[in-house]
Amino acid sequence: MTNLSLELINLFAAILLMLAFAMLAQRRIVTLVHIYALQGLTVVCATSVVAYVTHQDHLYYSAALTLVLKVFLIPYILHRLIRRLDVRWDKETLLNIPSTMLIGIFLVIFAFNLALPISKLSTSVSPGTLGIALACMLLSFMMMITRSKAIPQVIGFLSIENALFFAATSATYGMPMVVELGIALDVLVGVFILGVFMFQIREQFESLDISNLENLKEE
Amino acid sequence: MSLMRVLSQGLATFLSLLLAPLFLGWVNQNRAWLQNRSGPGVLQPFRMLHKLFNKDSVMAQSASPLFRFAPYLVFACMVVATAIIPTLSTDLPLASAADAIALVGLFALARVFISLAAMDIGTAFGTLGARREMFVGFLAEPALLTILFCASLIAHSTALTTIVTNVGQRSFAIYPSLVFAGIAFIFVFLAENARVPIDNPSTHLELTMIHEALILEYSGRHLALLEWAASLKLFAYSTIGIALFLPWGISESGSPTHLIASIPVLLLKLALFGIVLALVETLFAKMRIFRVPEFLATSFLLGVIGMLTYILLGS
Repeated sequence: MTNLSLELINLFAAILLMLAFAMLAQRRIVTLVHIYALQGLTVVCATSVVAYVTHQDHLYYSAALTLVLKVFLIPYILHRLIRRLDVRWDKETLLNIPSTMLIGIFLVIFAFNLALPISKLSTSVSPGTLGIALACMLLSFMMMITRSKAIPQVIGFLSIENALFFAATSATYGMPMVVELGIALDVLVGVFILGVFMFQIREQFESLDISNLENLKEE
Repeated sequence: MSLMRVLSQGLATFLSLLLAPLFLGWVNQNRAWLQNRSGPGVLQPFRMLHKLFNKDSVMAQSASPLFRFAPYLVFACMVVATAIIPTLSTDLPLASAADAIALVGLFALARVFISLAAMDIGTAFGTLGARREMFVGFLAEPALLTILFCASLIAHSTALTTIVTNVGQRSFAIYPSLVFAGIAFIFVFLAENARVPIDNPSTHLELTMIHEALILEYSGRHLALLEWAASLKLFAYSTIGIALFLPWGISESGSPTHLIASIPVLLLKLALFGIVLALVETLFAKMRIFRVPEFLATSFLLGVIGMLTYILLGS
């Protein structure tokens, strides 16, 4: 366990947190997908470093799977969706962006405080990264809450999964291979279903604004 | 010995006075090249300064002594700032005179006086420019402070010289908090020096301008001093960035020979930094003034997250 690899994992964790904030601040949907792909790439790098340090071969497989799925396939599907639905901008966020970022800071502090006692118990490679992964998860949650359009919400959902995956690899050396395969397939199928769902929403309301769904209740 | 130290301080200050317009010229030249123009040449700022110093200075009738006095004060502030920042060596007499917080205060002093001078004449443009300058300034200052605190957390000191020696001497290490601080610093750098996403330095008489609106009423030698001060500010900020994030190659002894030996490294870093700056300015469009709070709030938050990650990760 060299010092450099620990620093590298910490660096990737920091980049992940930064990308979560970039997602929160970004208005353009196409850029959101790019950021999502970058986030996937960061997770791949972090997983490879953990695999190299701990000599756990199955982590290499899960890194490769992540690379194919989250860096290439899912962003490609999302790009196609955006082109076919013709949505490029997420005009109105429910909260304005500076206040979203301010709340984001408090979420980060909360997550760090929450993770501190847990990471003291942990004996893994880099205990500090658990707090960052938790913070990324909460930030993605908040992105899902503050966006009104369907596609940013889906991206928020996917980046929650990214953060969870990062937490799993850095804090506990990854889950068993079967579980990882299951989750990866779940995410893929989830994207497909949500894509179909978005077409249905647009067909029904001629817009992707989720708030329209509130009109569906019976009188 | 003492005479030698004074000599090296003089040499360093003289060099920054000379390098500042050259750096501005280099950035503008690169920007021209990137936009497929031939460009005015690296020496253009010197030609402009020479022209302005040879012209008569015209004063408005309603100008108060403050208006006459402000350019000298702003220029002096910037010269002192470049002397405080360890550009070539960490062992100069003035380098330990003030720490990072005092440096931010020095920039604030210059900003207050240039804004007061702009309001002094009472033209609409001057008042507008002064308001916008203070608006950008009060958002950028806390961001700059958090960035400096990120670096001082690592070095356990707010003195820039200690930060430089601490990071420069230690073996290579990656600090995640400095990644945040670095990106935040680029944001603040662009805002404070009136570069493209916030202000366009190459326009005159536009409703969106900030820096040009402030100095609209000045002419002749006063304008020359203010332009020189602006280029010194750009240079000072670049050297702060170098001191915080790329401190390798800054000499630790104050003798003139060591100083001269560290000049090529500084030139190389500045040249690279100028290219990056020109690239950023070419790639981004100027943003609406109402987007500026968002831009600078992001940079402030990145600084705060930098400090938080330092506390969490302990590195």
